[in-house]
Amino acid sequence: MKSHSRFILSVLAFGYAFLYIPLVSVVVYSFNDSSLAAVWGGFSTRWYGELLRNEQVLDALFLSIKIAVTSATLATILGTMSGMALARFGRFKGRTLFSGMISSPMVMPEVITGLSLLLLFVTLQQLTGWPGQRGFSTITIAHTTFSMAYVAVIVQSRLVAMNESLEEAAMDLGGRPLRVVFDITLPLIAPAMIAGWLLSFTLSLDDLVIASFVSGPGSTTLPMLIFSKVKLGVSPDINALASVIIAMVTLGVAVAWLIMRRNAKSGPL
Amino acid sequence: MGRQSLDLVEARQCCGIARLVAKVGNKNDELWRRFAVAVPYLWLLVFFLAPFAIILKISLADPILAQPPYSPSFDSDGSPAMSLGNYGFLFSDDLYAITYLRSVAMAAVTTVLCLLVGFPIAYGIARSSTETRNLLLLLIVLPFWISFLLRVYAWMGLMNNYGVINTVLMWTGLIKEPLQIMYTDFATAVGLVYSYLPFMILPLYATLERMNMDLVEAAQDLGASRTRAFWDITWPLAKAGTIAGCLLVFIPAMGEYVIPYLLGGPDSLFIGRVLFDEFFLNRDWPLASAVAIVLLMLLVVPIVLLQRAQARDEEQAA
Repeated sequence: MKSHSRFILSVLAFGYAFLYIPLVSVVVYSFNDSSLAAVWGGFSTRWYGELLRNEQVLDALFLSIKIAVTSATLATILGTMSGMALARFGRFKGRTLFSGMISSPMVMPEVITGLSLLLLFVTLQQLTGWPGQRGFSTITIAHTTFSMAYVAVIVQSRLVAMNESLEEAAMDLGGRPLRVVFDITLPLIAPAMIAGWLLSFTLSLDDLVIASFVSGPGSTTLPMLIFSKVKLGVSPDINALASVIIAMVTLGVAVAWLIMRRNAKSGPL
Repeated sequence: MGRQSLDLVEARQCCGIARLVAKVGNKNDELWRRFAVAVPYLWLLVFFLAPFAIILKISLADPILAQPPYSPSFDSDGSPAMSLGNYGFLFSDDLYAITYLRSVAMAAVTTVLCLLVGFPIAYGIARSSTETRNLLLLLIVLPFWISFLLRVYAWMGLMNNYGVINTVLMWTGLIKEPLQIMYTDFATAVGLVYSYLPFMILPLYATLERMNMDLVEAAQDLGASRTRAFWDITWPLAKAGTIAGCLLVFIPAMGEYVIPYLLGGPDSLFIGRVLFDEFFLNRDWPLASAVAIVLLMLLVVPIVLLQRAQARDEEQAA
């Protein structure tokens, strides 16, 4: 390890403390027996039990996961196509508009995306009768739209960094273009597609504002449910829920890190 | 020699045949290309671009008590019935001007704070050994995978009157009464910096990692002080990452709704909140649309700048 100046070291320490202290405090307070979240009333796991018995939470969680899986899959398909188009097809008609539409949803404030999509759905309903009811389908479409942008960027940068010669060799050896895509390109960008899918899945599970706009009565996603509780202040069962999520993410990231380290040690590839 | 050139001729012929086969497939190739472009293109036209036209249309309507709650763009005799009334209202009421300005100011403060904290962190990560670097990066990204809402919520537990910060401060005897931290602009700023910090660190890290450190050493060998070397070498070379990071923080922070709502308290004026309330509480869809259009106008310049920065980055990488 190269030596860091004292300034850099202290900023690093401060930065990581800033990132992690709030998370640690939530986990600690989730074991607080007192129902007044601010007062420490002894160690207890009762809020975890209550979480498991709360059907509202479980229903919302199920809906959120259903939306996240569907939208992440759609976003990966559409995003991979867009990434390939941007990285490999050179200049095509309307490329500027296309790349603009790919990168804008990522930074667009959520209130604007949410409002605009809702107004689109309302207008479509007036004109065509679809969507008759807002909920699963409309939220899935909304999430697919902003997630595919992330997938496209990941796939595109992977393709740009990757040597084109393998695909060219396959073409020169007479591989039909579609075969080349499925036999060469897709396996090579599979890691990028998986990363894109996982990111889309998290983004969808995370979204509150856009879902609030485009959902209808009866379809409450998990973030919408959490928000309606959190609005009223700190509550112990939300602490427990947050801790469960923190534990799951930490576990996933730890596994990913171990795999990464093992791969790095066994040489490049 | 003769044998070799014959091989070459044969190889060329083989290649020619292969190309011929590929050409037969070219029709398929064209079809595949058109398909791969057309499907996502169409999706984005319908679900991303078209909605903006609809927002624009509805921002020119009047709110009415009906389902949906806005007046049609054309009267029954077919004459257009659109007005700029909502925009007139936005510009005549100081409240909206103040809210827009405050949102710009808060987003700018957030961006500067993120840069101040994020730059040394990104620099420290980029200058670490490969293994430490991966771990440090992973730890930056980890909170990003945990629900955004719950991360903001965690700060409520830290900052409220009986929260962790006040408890610790009172316990140490530094203060007697709990400080009012929650429901202030300070709390909103902390929440914004916390949520958007990774968006600053990651692009900065990407440019700093690519930077050639020999240049800094050379400058120092030639007698430049550390500060001088930083401002003359590191800072200009990190420009691309700085611009991208600042825009990635500034643009979404402008329209933020959840953070000012939860941490900023009831009278925290933020344009995203005004839009949300206009829509859900007052059910004034046309006014909410006009608020969105004006916000979009404010963001057009930074969004175009971001796209140009990304296009340049793409060219450099290629």
